[in-house]
This record gives sequence, C-alpha cells and structure tokens, in this order.
Amino acid sequence: MTITLIFLAAIMATVIGWLLKQTLNTQPWMASAADDAVSGRSLDTHSKTIALTTFLAVATSLFALFISAYTMRMHMADWSPLTEPNMLWINTGLLVLASIAYQLTRNAAVAAKQSFLKPGLAISGLFTLLFLGGQLLAWQGLYASGHYMTSNPANAFFYLLTAVHGLHILGGLYVWARSTIKVWTGAEADSVRLSIELCTVYWHYLLLVWLVLFGLLLST
Amino acid sequence: MAYVAIADRDHEIEHHDPDTFITKYIWSQDHKVIAIQYSLIAIFVGLIALGLSVMMRLQLGFPNDFSFITPEHYYQFVTMHGMIMVIYLLTALFLGGFGNYLIPLMCGSRDMVFPYMNMLSVWVYLLSVIILLASFFVPGGSTGAGWTLYPPQAIAAGTPGVDWGILLMLLSLAVFIVAFTMGGLNYVTTVLQARCKGMTLMRMPLSVWGIFTATVLGLLAFPALLVSAIMMILDKTVMSSFFMPAALIAGEQSSHTGGSPVLFQHLFWFFGHPEVYIVALPAFGIVSDVLATHARKNIFGYRMMVWAILAIGGLSFIVWAHHMYVSGMNPYFGFFFATTTLIIAVPTALKVYNWVLTLWQGNIHLRVPMLFAIGFIFTFIHGGLTGIFLGNVVVDLPLSDTYFVVAHFHMVMGVSPVLVVFAAIYHWFPKITGKMFDERLGRWHFWLTFLGTYSIYLPMHYLGFLGVPRRYFAMGDPSFMPESAHSLNTAITVSAIIVAMTQILFFVNIIKSLRSGEKAGPNPWGATSLEWLTPDTPPKHGNWGHHLPEVHRWAYDYSVPGYPDDFIPQTVPADKAPSGRDHGVKH
Amino acid sequence: MPLAVVLILLVVGSLVFHFLSPWTFTPLASNWSQIDDTIDITFWVTGFVFVAVNIFMAYAIIKYRAKKGGRAVYDPENKKLELWLTVFTTIGVAAMLAPGLFVWAKFVNVPDGATEVEALGQQWHWSYRLPGEDGKFGNVNARLIGADNPFGMDPADPLGLDDVLVSSAELHLPVDVPVKMLLRSKDVLHNFTVAQFRVKMDLVPGMETYMWLTPTEIGTYEVLCEELCGIAHFAMRGAVVVESQADYEKWLASNPTWAETQAGVQGNAAVGAAQYAVCAACHGQQGEGLLALNAPKIAGQSGWYLKNQIHAYKDGLRGVHEDDIYGRQMAPMANILASDEAISNVVAHIQTLPDKAPPATIEGNPQAGAKTYAVCAYCHGGNGQGIQAMNAPRLAGMTDWYLARQLNNFRDGVRGAHRRDYYGLQMGLIGATLKDDQKINDVIAYINTL
Repeated sequence: MTITLIFLAAIMATVIGWLLKQTLNTQPWMASAADDAVSGRSLDTHSKTIALTTFLAVATSLFALFISAYTMRMHMADWSPLTEPNMLWINTGLLVLASIAYQLTRNAAVAAKQSFLKPGLAISGLFTLLFLGGQLLAWQGLYASGHYMTSNPANAFFYLLTAVHGLHILGGLYVWARSTIKVWTGAEADSVRLSIELCTVYWHYLLLVWLVLFGLLLST
Repeated sequence: MAYVAIADRDHEIEHHDPDTFITKYIWSQDHKVIAIQYSLIAIFVGLIALGLSVMMRLQLGFPNDFSFITPEHYYQFVTMHGMIMVIYLLTALFLGGFGNYLIPLMCGSRDMVFPYMNMLSVWVYLLSVIILLASFFVPGGSTGAGWTLYPPQAIAAGTPGVDWGILLMLLSLAVFIVAFTMGGLNYVTTVLQARCKGMTLMRMPLSVWGIFTATVLGLLAFPALLVSAIMMILDKTVMSSFFMPAALIAGEQSSHTGGSPVLFQHLFWFFGHPEVYIVALPAFGIVSDVLATHARKNIFGYRMMVWAILAIGGLSFIVWAHHMYVSGMNPYFGFFFATTTLIIAVPTALKVYNWVLTLWQGNIHLRVPMLFAIGFIFTFIHGGLTGIFLGNVVVDLPLSDTYFVVAHFHMVMGVSPVLVVFAAIYHWFPKITGKMFDERLGRWHFWLTFLGTYSIYLPMHYLGFLGVPRRYFAMGDPSFMPESAHSLNTAITVSAIIVAMTQILFFVNIIKSLRSGEKAGPNPWGATSLEWLTPDTPPKHGNWGHHLPEVHRWAYDYSVPGYPDDFIPQTVPADKAPSGRDHGVKH
Repeated sequence: MPLAVVLILLVVGSLVFHFLSPWTFTPLASNWSQIDDTIDITFWVTGFVFVAVNIFMAYAIIKYRAKKGGRAVYDPENKKLELWLTVFTTIGVAAMLAPGLFVWAKFVNVPDGATEVEALGQQWHWSYRLPGEDGKFGNVNARLIGADNPFGMDPADPLGLDDVLVSSAELHLPVDVPVKMLLRSKDVLHNFTVAQFRVKMDLVPGMETYMWLTPTEIGTYEVLCEELCGIAHFAMRGAVVVESQADYEKWLASNPTWAETQAGVQGNAAVGAAQYAVCAACHGQQGEGLLALNAPKIAGQSGWYLKNQIHAYKDGLRGVHEDDIYGRQMAPMANILASDEAISNVVAHIQTLPDKAPPATIEGNPQAGAKTYAVCAYCHGGNGQGIQAMNAPRLAGMTDWYLARQLNNFRDGVRGAHRRDYYGLQMGLIGATLKDDQKINDVIAYINTL
C-alpha cells in the first residue's frame, strides 16, 4: 500500500496546501463593497481542463491501487515472475510515437495550421491503434505459450494491468475519433483546439502510466 | 487571481432550455431536477433497505417465529441492507441529491458545468440500482457475504448467492462508481470554476465545503472499490487467484492457489473508511448551515470548521486498517492506525464544540429542521465517542465483531446522517417545492425517530459488552448470555418496528404539504445564503433570471449589530450594511 | 424547551442505564485485565465528554431559546477558546491512546515459554492441534487436506508424527499457563473468540495468525466464530475448558497423535458380524430399520457418522434427555460396545449390508420442501448424500420417519441439547428454524425424491 499512500499523500498535500493558501489569511466575516467583487473562479483555465485534471487524479488513484495490489501480492509464496514478451518494447515505441504525433498536432492546432490537422490526427490515431494491436499480439503470444490467468498471479496481473491501461486508451480514442470526424467534415482548427490539447495531455499521461507499468513489470 | 468577467464563463455552461415534459422532467439537464431524481431513487432503495432491516430485527427479536426468514435470507438481508444504506442511499443522496441541488444554488451558478454528464450520471446510477435489485431475483438469490464482501466466502460455496448474486453486486458497484465519477467531476469543477462573482472559497456555506471535500474523497477512494471488485470478478469467473488462497471448499479442493484475502480487506477499507466521511462530511456541512440559520447566529469558528473538514478528509485516508485490527494483518500496524485514528478525533471534536458554541448566545428557534440538527449533535457525540473505543486497538479486541460495533456505526453513520437528511429536507423543502411542510407532523416525526432510534442503539452497545456477536442468525443459548439479554433483543426489535413505521409520517407530511401546504415565501427562515435569494421559488431553469448574483459577504451574517434585520443576505455590499470590520471583531 | 429537558433526561437516563444494566462485560477469565483497565479509562474520559457537552448544549438551548425581541450575539470566532479546546481534547485522546498502545505492545509480543496450540477453523467446525512431546508442530499443507487427513498433515515431516489431533470442537487448556494460539483456516475467514478471554483474532486461509493469553479461571467457556463465514456462521461454536494441569494431562493423553490416527483400527467386518446380532434385534438383520421398534435404517449410513453417534451415546451426549424415549433405549445398547475396536468392527459389518431404499412414510409437498432444503444442502449436499468434511450425515434413502422424529427432537431441544454435543448443538440451531410440522414433512418429502 505504500505507493498508494505516497501518491495520495502527494495529492492530499497539493489539494490541502492549495486550499489552505486560499483560506489561511482570509477573514471571511469581512464584507466587501459593491465594486470590488472578485472572480468566482479559482483557477484561470477552462472547466474542461479542470475536469480532465481531476479525472487524471482519479485514474492515477486507480493505477496506483493496482500497483499496490501488485506489490502486495508479489510477496506471496506462489508468485513466479513473468518473462515479458519482447513485443512490449516495440509497443512502447509506438506509444511514444503516438504521443509525439499528438504533441505536434496540438502545436499545429494552437498555431491554427489547418493543413497539419488531418495528417497529424491520422498519424496519432494510427500509432495508438498499432499500440493496441501490439498489446493484443503480446497477449496472444503469452496465451499461446501457456501463460494463462489461472496459472500464476504474475500472469493475471499482466493481463489485468495491460487491459485496464488499454481501456483507458480506448476511451481516449473515442474523443480522438470525435475530433477527427469533425476535422474531416471541415471544422476549423479553433473549434477542435481544446479537445486536441486535452487529448495530448491524456496521451502523455497514458504514456507515463505505461512506462511506470512496464517498468514495474520488467523490474519484478 | 486574474479577474474574469461573468460573461467569460457563462458560455462554458451549455444551456438547453427544456420545453417538453420529457426534457423537463425525464431527460432533464437541470441540476435541480437531477437532484430530485437522484433523491427519489435513493429514498426508494433506502425504503427497501429499511424493510430488510425490519426482517432482520424480526428474526433477532423473535427467533424462528417468522419461518419465511431462513438463515439464507437473513444473510442476504444483512448484506443488501448494509450495502444499500451506505452506498445507494447515503452516498447517492448526499452527493447526487443534495450536492446537485445545493452546489449551483449556493455557489450562485446557473447549473453544473457539464449538465449533459450530470444527466448521464443519474441514469447510470439508476442502472446500477436496477442491477442491484435484479440480484434478488437470480438463481441463488443475492449475495449473503456481508456488505464487506470479504473473500473467500463471498465467492466460495457455503454463502448464499455465490453464483449470480455476487457478480451482480460487484457489477452494480462498478456501474455506481462510473455514475459517481461523472457526478463527482461535475461537483468539483462547478465549485472550483463556476461560483458567482464575489463568492470566494471562504465565503461558501459549509454545506458546499462538506459536499466538495466528500466528493474529492469519493473520487480518490472509489477506485479502490473498483480495483477490488474487478479482481474479485476475475477470481470468480476466470479462476485467477488474486484474493483466493488454496482452500477446501465444501469438502472439495478449490483450484485457487496462493491468493491473499487480507489484500482484499486492505483495498476494501482503503475505500471503506473514506466512505464513512463521504457520508459524514456533507452531513457536517449541512447541519452547520441549519444550525446557524435557526440559531440566528454565525457558525462559530467558520475557518476552523473548514480546516477541520479538510483535515478530516486528509486523515481519513490513513486510518483504514482500524477496521482490520483482528484481521490477521501484521499486528504492528495496530500502533500506527490506532494513533492516526485517535488523532482524527481531535478535528471531529472541534466540529462538535463549534456546533454547540454556535447555539451559545444564539436566538434559537426550535423549528423542525433545528430539532433534527440538534438531535444529530446528540447522536453524533454518542457515536463519535464509541468510535474512540473501537479505534483504540486494545479496546477493539473484546468489542470488534460484536453488537457494540453494530450499535456504534449505526449511531454514527446511520442515525446521525439520516437525521441530517431529514433536517435538510425540512429546511430546504420550502425552496424545493414552494410549499411549507406541516410543522406538527414534522415534530411527531422527529420525536419518534430520535427517541426510537436511541432506544434501539443504546441497549445494543451493552449486548456488545456482553460479547454477543454480530451477524448471527440466532444466538441459541450461550452461557454468557442471560435470559434478560434475549428479552432486550425483543425490546430492540419493537423499537425498530416503531421507528420504521414512524417514517410513514414523513411521507404523509411530504404528500400532504405538496398538495395543500401553505405557500412558502422565497426565504421563510430569513437565511443569508444564495439559494434563498432566487427570483423564483422554486427556482426556475437557470436559477437566477437575467442576472447572476454578486456576493459581498460570507453566508453567516446573522444578527450583525447595527442592522435592523437579524440577517444580511450574501448579496448585500459592505456599504449597504455593516460587516465584521465595523465591529472590531477580534481575530 | 422540551428538547432541552429531553436531552438532559437522555444523558441522565444513559448514565442510569449504564450503571444499572445487568448487561456488561463477562467476568474476566484471562490475564488481560489491562484491557479492561483501558476500557475503564475510555469510559471515564468519553463519559465526561458525553455528559459535559450534552448538558452544556441543553443549557444553551434553554438559556438562548428564541424570545420576543431576542437577538443573537455576533461572534465569528474565538481563537483562544478554540486553542484551549484543542489542547484539552488532545490531552484526553492521549490519555486513552497511551495505555492502549502500551497494552497492545504486550499483546503483540508473545512471552517466552508460552505453549503453542493450533486452532483450525473450517465451515462450520473447530478442531485443534497440539505439538506433542517434541513441542514442535509438523508441517501442514492446505492441498493435503482431505477426508482421511482433515488437518492437512504433511506425511513427509517426522515432526508431525507426535502432533496431537483434537477433532472435537472442545479444547482444553491448563490454568495459569501462557498459551500462544496459532490460528489456521481450511476454507474461509473465521474468528476465534472467547468473550471471557477478551482477545480474539481472525483465521485466514493461506496464512497463520496468532494471539496469546493466559487462562486464569478454571471453567468452560464458549468459543464463537466472529467473522462471517457463510450460512451457518452462527452455528460455528466450540468450547475451551480451562482446568488444572493434572486434568489437562489426562485430557491430552485421551487424544490420538497423528501417527496413531494413521495407524487407526481398521474394523473387521467378520468379527463385527457377531456383535451385530444385538443390533439386529431392533435395526433388522440387514440394518434396514424397523418402524415398529422405532429403530432407523443404518445400512448405507456413513461409517464415520455411525461411530460418532455410538460415541455420543456412550459418552452420555445423546439419549439422556427425558423426552428422548427411543434414544434412552439406545444408550445402554451402545455401551455394550466396550472398545473402539468393537465399534469399528460393528461399523465395518454394517457397511457390508445391502443399501435398499426404505418405503416413504411421510406425506408432504416436495416443491415446498425443496426451498427449505436449500439451507440443508449447504452441509448435507445437494443430493442429501452427506459430506464428511462438513460432519453432515447422509439423509437421502434413509428411513424418513426417523428423520422427522430427529428434526422434531432437534427443534425441541431433545437432541443436541447437551452442552458438549457440538454437532448436535449445531443442528439444533438450524433445526430451530423448522417451527411448523408441515415444513418438516415437506422437506422430508423432498429428501425422499433425492
């Protein structure tokens, strides 16, 4: 549970620290005059960004808990480590490329370079789909070599962690598909900018999660 | 902080003015309608759970006299009662119901930031409820593993509902978590980004603080339940061994091997303990507002109240294993978790002091919501103090898994929040419906509920001292249990039935008041917070008519000296009415 | 105003209830008086807070109830007061926590020289293992558990040969000797609790947990399972008998070691046939049972169950209740079988008898009975075949009028009433659910269809 604790302590420290900063030096019983009403926004950013950030915190909690479960289960007697298929290295490369492609697409969208959008989105999506396909191949390989979920907890965790990560990617691809369809039907860069920006953050995040998961799998 | 004009953010909230019955009341994106939908569904399942508890009490009070209650049914009732009350009633009602209704109105926004997602949230919640209730009707019936769903018994023969019941339960929980996450993202974003001009965080009513913090806890804690649910589903369906050890189940060797049941307990309580505060914090907030309004006095120590909420929220993540002192986990954990658990008593006690100090030097109007709020303080003190017994690891040894635990958590997590639910419903009923409720019926409802529940749970603690174990279908006749303890059980059952019947008064009151209640003004209690200042009562879609309100003061300017009324609404600027500054308040 | 009065009355009433209540902790029977002391401290501190805060609140409600022209005092906060309250609360909390942690440290660290006893839990029975003369437990393995090896002993480990296996739910402990209880479960979670000992701990399959105590009072104490373990959780009872060292040693010697159970007497059916002549008088030459003589069919019944029951009769656990007319007839008969060997021989002979289904004599509605039987099936099996691991005998294909009579006996406390008849006690708790005779007839009608 230590990893989850550290993670949550970090989130808690951030949230509570931030809230304390908002509240510590206030004298709430003081009223203000009619002309100095301050904004009712706590952060100068779009609501969707806040929602995404919050969701990423939720997802991080989820992954951190899976990792905690992994590390606790790992110490039981029947654990025999899994030899990760080499395929995963290629998949990691694909996901890195997808992330880079999304970053470039985002830059183009911010700079309103309309012509970059279509190829940019297409390539980002392609690499992501290839990553998912690669993960499926890795599963197939393991399954064919007799590494079933029932045979060892390490196998079970491998399928589970990759599946949860893959599902998050699928969710991202849903938003990707929406912006792609919009761009293909002639939407301006401006109208998809926010969605592409948020997707980029999400892609980087899932890449980071994958690197952590992959690192965990390799090191145990 | 950058100044952003109102117009800048108003467009972020999509508006769909509803025109047909369906868009207005069924597929509505209005937070108030969604709040009512959430509440109605929650109260509906809550009533089912109440019925289940009466069945359990019948068996305990009159063992084996009601032959339709078999041991199988009994354990199914125990499980469903607990799960429904904790998750599907209290969590959904406080956050989905009150959260939805109060956050936009109290923060001065037109709606939740993502109304469409908000609407999805309530329908996905309904789906989770349907899946849950469906488990009563599948072969083998619903699961009887206890609401904690501990493996191995939750998925091993020997427990009712190990085939379909448990799967539907886990599936329903997963769906509920999806619904909650959709709602939760909305509540957090709305509180952070859609408050009206002038509404600083420290001017928010404590209800919003409580709901907001509880939502943050929920968002971070529910994944733990999801993780354990997914892993348990896999253990059940594909025979993986996350939690399942090698075991002899019903005389047969199972194919599982090496899993850790204690791992499940860690994950479950990592969710389960914050869950207590997911229910408690909104109750804390709401009760603060009800007390201040009806005592005509500012809440005492507002800042301390906010910090206490935050501190309790933070600490609630590092106390989970106090549910596991006798679970067989590493006993050295006991030192850490007993310490953190008792530390959490300090901010909690401060909140209680501040509620009582709010009454001190107040001008207390004992209207129905206030009765419930004060009743809450009493039951919460009782439940909180018995929590110190269970949190202190050695005292927990004799008491854990006895009726003392049952009595404790019903006082602190059952009776107390439910009293707040009633306080809140009576308090905001005039705003929600535009009608006044029947005061006399409300008083009867309060007295019977308050005294009735105390007469259920006070004696129950003493059964626990005696050592009577919880989750027993029948006690038989153990030598440590005197005959009088069996009679006590019967008396408790009679009280429980009275309390359950009393709730009819509440529904009679609601229906009667809706049909023929006196018309309520926009602000019958003379309250200061924004929800009482809407141009229409009940508020219309969009809440504020043409202009969003502007806030100039906190929500607790009651009885400010030098002002004729004993309340100053939040929208009154400093140059129109006095404020703390003018009276040299010490700080 | 009534509210304030009621609050005061509730506080006073709670105190009166507390001090007058006959329901309080059972008399302590172990060394853990320090746990009781910590509870007392907690009572005093929390009791003080309970009274003080509630009385103050009631006083505030009386003093500051709304009056005409009344007005509250504007008072946002008072840092000094809040600080003092924080300090006081912290001191109170520390006063409860510090002794608590001190005692917990004692609980966690088992004293040197504590004897070891293993309690083994399963759905829904207790059994125990003692390390034997060498003072060391042999290895066990959950995978080895089976009908002939209920403890999962590892035959390859010589240390296990002298382990004493107690298959009864009753454990004996010598008084005033510290004992470390090692806890192990075969299937699901259980919890070993004796209220008078104060301490308890879960049994977790796949791992071994522990707790320790020193029994200080001679007596018999109920063991309860306090972790939900399935449908008969409430019927999972046992007992700890605390006795003098001499009595304890006598008890210890009466239980077999693992080696002895391995070498267990194999019954000789041929020898048993001669002894069976006595039985045949009532139960019939073929063990088919005779309604006229109220003797049930015994052919086809599992050997382990027959042995258990003969022992129960011999030990005075069964056939002693004054309303158990037929049981009282059987008890002296069982005493004719003087030795374990004789019992084994007779049982071996009974098992050679042909298993013919007796005619149905009970009328009932099998559809309705099927629903009731769902509960029975947890132990007796879906086909009424009986499951030895659950200590549940065969029901299907046996004499149905006998089943009916026994269900009545269990329900009415005629059978299973003896405090030491642990299996009977368990069936009594379940049998008590069959209040009306129609239900019994229905369930038997269903069993007849199996």
